[in-house]
Amino acid sequence: MAGDQFPVTRWSVIDAVKSEDPTRHERALDTLFAAYWKPVYKYVRLRWNRPAEDAQDLTQGFFAEVLERELMAKYDPAKSKLRTYLRLCVDSFVMNQEKAARRQKRGGNATHLALDFQAAEGELAGATIDAASIPSPESLEQFFEKEWVRSLFALAVEDLRKFCAQRGRERTFRLFEDYDLSGDPEISYEKLAAQYAIPVTEVTNALSWARREFRRIALERLRELCGSDEEFRREARAVFGSDAA
Amino acid sequence: MKFLSDKAVDRLRQDANVPDLSGTRYQLLERVARGGMGVVYRALDEMLGRRVALKVLDLPAADVELARRLNREARVLARLEHPGIVPVHDVGTLADGRVFYAMKFVEGQRLDKHIETVTSLPDRLRLFLRICDAVAFAHARGVLHRDLKPANVMVGAFGEVLVMDWGLAKILREQPGVAAEEDPEVSILHSPEASGGPADAIEATQVTGQGTVLGTPGYMSPEQARGDVTHVDERSDIFSLGAFLRFLVTPPATANSHLRWRQDKALEAICAKATESNPANRYASVSELSADVSRYLDGLPVSARKETVFDRAARFYRRYTVAILLIAAYLIARTLILLFFHR
Repeated sequence: MAGDQFPVTRWSVIDAVKSEDPTRHERALDTLFAAYWKPVYKYVRLRWNRPAEDAQDLTQGFFAEVLERELMAKYDPAKSKLRTYLRLCVDSFVMNQEKAARRQKRGGNATHLALDFQAAEGELAGATIDAASIPSPESLEQFFEKEWVRSLFALAVEDLRKFCAQRGRERTFRLFEDYDLSGDPEISYEKLAAQYAIPVTEVTNALSWARREFRRIALERLRELCGSDEEFRREARAVFGSDAA
Repeated sequence: MKFLSDKAVDRLRQDANVPDLSGTRYQLLERVARGGMGVVYRALDEMLGRRVALKVLDLPAADVELARRLNREARVLARLEHPGIVPVHDVGTLADGRVFYAMKFVEGQRLDKHIETVTSLPDRLRLFLRICDAVAFAHARGVLHRDLKPANVMVGAFGEVLVMDWGLAKILREQPGVAAEEDPEVSILHSPEASGGPADAIEATQVTGQGTVLGTPGYMSPEQARGDVTHVDERSDIFSLGAFLRFLVTPPATANSHLRWRQDKALEAICAKATESNPANRYASVSELSADVSRYLDGLPVSARKETVFDRAARFYRRYTVAILLIAAYLIARTLILLFFHR
């Protein structure tokens, strides 16, 4: 039954970080950090009201702690969602740092990840996040989830871009970008057809294909980040927002 | 890596979730509701030019367990051809890997909403009897619903009553000749030889193993609430029907005066017997339960309650009110005439 639920082509970072195989272990951590570093950084900035420089150190410090203290090995999928576990770990880490009353300067032998904090700071500076709107623990959880979904989708879009390039479907990706990523409420299939000088049916087919592939890629990434089938189902519903539609 | 605005994230969520119906005979019209496993859409069957309801799984078919459950629900429905059970037309997999099935699109209201417009107790009871008919039919075909509640019953525009959402259904026994047609991948059935009766029924499905709680609190029997699947049988649905009946016969606290009727001891006894915590003390079949409700409607004694002389007199009075009043009026008039002439 377990084999049915998790075929060999799928894997989960939860299992992979415990792997003896260094390549698999490293890939799992890369996947985890790629999906979570921005939500963690933004969360530290807003939840803990830290200036950018402190938040950068804390984010680096947190992921170093994940590696050093093997926090992922302690995660139990039966007890909570991975996202909730990591958020609580961040809270605990920041509180410990406060208790010590000194900021842990990371450097020297400490692990240092190449993270684009400038980009994250630019996103925070935008009008998309309102710190005043997240006063309660519930809304903090929602904020963390929202940033995590954004991070997951951004990774999936990047994967889709590469996938389209490999298949010579760059135009399909541009159509997808123009229609689904621009956020332009005025955009329409007809406008895109005129812009690219192609029939509307071609736009429809291209977008249908791109969305299908995007969904597949996003779900694959999501599956990697979940500890169990049940968590994957719950998260997939939350991510694709069937209830909210 | 490109930054995605809130609008872009929302649009991606919405667009990527729309089922890809390319290559099918269906054209998507609108999203109707979501169920336990997936979302229900209204669609147009372009070949037959009729509207259908499409239930589409949330996740791709690679999620074996959910795909099996949806397939199973479709097959359960396909074997239940009854006017009180929504018919299934088609089952398949979409280009995006999601499993779906097409069923009749029922235009109407959920019973929990519709009931607000039904102000007469006998009308409510007649609705209940039609639900019982559908459930009794399913039981006769060896299928338990396991999630009977007002939200899972639809009342159509022409008064048709349809029991919906068979996603948690349990198949107790196979119909002769049906097993051979079942796809082994989705089969959850077992042969009747393996079953010594309802209590011995073995659920072969891996979806609802021992200890798994499926159902809705308030309508779920104690054995279901315990996750004791080996003891779930027809009487578990009878428990749900009893809770359902109680919902139908209890006027809402905020109801207007015209929605108030007397809390009847006989009706309460029927509800109490159907919802006994010990399955052995419940009605043995849905037919027994509906027969008791029919007797109540006809002003006859119900099996769930032993009547006192006063109860019998009151029931007799309610049943023959007009005749009794006419006779009484006649007797009074006669007495008055006699008294008048003897003065």
